[in-house]
Amino acid sequence: MKRSMAIFAVFALAVAAVPLAGDNYLLQQATFVAMYCALALSWNLIGGYAGYPSFATAAFVGLGAYAGALLQNAGLPMVAAWVGATLITAAFAALLGYGLLRMKGHYFAVGSISIVEVLRLVASSWAGLTGGGEGLNVPIMPGGPEFAGRVFLYAMWAVMLLAFASAVWVDRSRLGFGLRCIEQNEDAADMVGVPVTRYKTAAFTLSALFCGTVGAISASWVSYIAPTDAFSILLTLKVPVMVLLGGPGSLLGPVIGAASFVLIEQTVWSRFLDYNQAALGLVIVLLIFFLPGGVLGRLRWRAKPAVQPGAAPAAGSAP
Amino acid sequence: MIGLQILVNGLTLGALYACLAVGFSLVWGVLNVINMLHGSLIILGGYLTWYAWLHWQVHPLAALLPVALLLFALGWVIQMTMINRLVRQPVLTTLTVTFGLDLILYNAMNVLFDATPRRITLDLGTLSLGEVVLAWDRIVAFVLALALTLLLYAVMNASRTGRAIVAVRMDRDAAELMGIRINRVYAMTFALGAGLAGACGALMAMVFPITTNISGLLLGKAFVVCVIGGLGTVPGALVGGLVLGLIESLSGHLFGPQNAVLIGYGLMLVLLMTRPTGLLGRKGYE
Repeated sequence: MKRSMAIFAVFALAVAAVPLAGDNYLLQQATFVAMYCALALSWNLIGGYAGYPSFATAAFVGLGAYAGALLQNAGLPMVAAWVGATLITAAFAALLGYGLLRMKGHYFAVGSISIVEVLRLVASSWAGLTGGGEGLNVPIMPGGPEFAGRVFLYAMWAVMLLAFASAVWVDRSRLGFGLRCIEQNEDAADMVGVPVTRYKTAAFTLSALFCGTVGAISASWVSYIAPTDAFSILLTLKVPVMVLLGGPGSLLGPVIGAASFVLIEQTVWSRFLDYNQAALGLVIVLLIFFLPGGVLGRLRWRAKPAVQPGAAPAAGSAP
Repeated sequence: MIGLQILVNGLTLGALYACLAVGFSLVWGVLNVINMLHGSLIILGGYLTWYAWLHWQVHPLAALLPVALLLFALGWVIQMTMINRLVRQPVLTTLTVTFGLDLILYNAMNVLFDATPRRITLDLGTLSLGEVVLAWDRIVAFVLALALTLLLYAVMNASRTGRAIVAVRMDRDAAELMGIRINRVYAMTFALGAGLAGACGALMAMVFPITTNISGLLLGKAFVVCVIGGLGTVPGALVGGLVLGLIESLSGHLFGPQNAVLIGYGLMLVLLMTRPTGLLGRKGYE
């Protein structure tokens, strides 16, 4: 635990120091790293700890983006719009979780992935509010691109820190313990007195919270949003893949996964312009076959050969 | 009479939806795998049919069977080499891996065929019955979609393979103890799903413009049909498909086509929360 936090602190300092290099490309990549870390850490709460295969990440990111953009266009200052978008997303997730979390396994996966689709359809057909397929413009931040780049890096960085802090809190609290029980056997957890519904909803809401903030920040960053980019099926699957890459159900796993994912993305498949989706697909397939349990699972298995390598990722989580 | 026209449109669309979803439902019900590849397999079937029609002047109805067999073989290989190893893993793993495969297939199709919408134009004319007008190609697609769906029903109920698939769906471990070779049954199931997707793609290419971009849309339809009708059974997919077709046709007329899709999803979510076993499903039978 202490070691995880120390490693994360070093990592966070390294990300924060990137502007010193004075390279705008690096700055952008560091912003992506911070953003995906925040999303992966968030997803890990519901997908890793509680074992609910949520594919709703993009729904929350998109909702946050639209809420932030609309609030900013209504005249709210940027940061206030981000906070507002966060609260709106969290409230939506809490209500949604009430209905969605009754399902399990495959039904939950399909239900959560459909939320992305439903919100995308709503965003493109409700033209009066969202601008429909034409999308929305968001005011460009004054102060020039150099300055704005740093502001957005530190904004994403701050969200990453908050997401990590909440993960640490969950990890240590009764909530985290309860979620691990739910992951292993929900009925048994219910039987011994874990408030299953309350815990699941709490984890789901927490996991949506920072997705909303990330969405709002990225809307201000890109200063334009459209339904297909905001509610992207690719994003909704990328984030769980990152956590799987790092190692689900741990503190550092999502961070390692997100950082190495962005690294692979930049070094490997940005070179194959025509084949970049296939390259991503190949990485996913190879990951599932050759690295079950993620990087961390592999490391642990090396350290303690007594533990079966397959036992870590598959534990519990009913089909 | 507009009501009758809506009914007829809904039924013809619904039969295609049933055919589109029945393979997906079979794979989900028997293997417990959500096959994210399904939409792209349909498109692949459509593209192959279109290619044969354009370059070799093969009639789409003549191409239907070879295309289905080709995709059947592809499905068999995918299941035997890859998914069989993961089939007992949680949904997160299997869904992710089929999504990865889908990205590869999707990308390959975009490179090989590019994403321009394609349609096979047969110009068979229309049939007018009173005030109801129907294009003949739609009628052909409707009849064949129903026939394919019923063919699967016959295979499931009358053939040895079909009975084995049903047995595995009911109880995998017991079926294994009875001497059924599970991995082969799984491969057969996945191959049947892929073959039906291919055949359905061939039918769709005669009726709609086909492009890789709609593979996600088709997959979404399969989700909705499965949830409405219930999993893993042919009658379930048939009922789900027809219900969705009628709903889309009616609400498309009332609220516009964009919102018709939304209403389909809305119905699915409500059903998921209240009756996750579907309209025909039995409780505790998954």
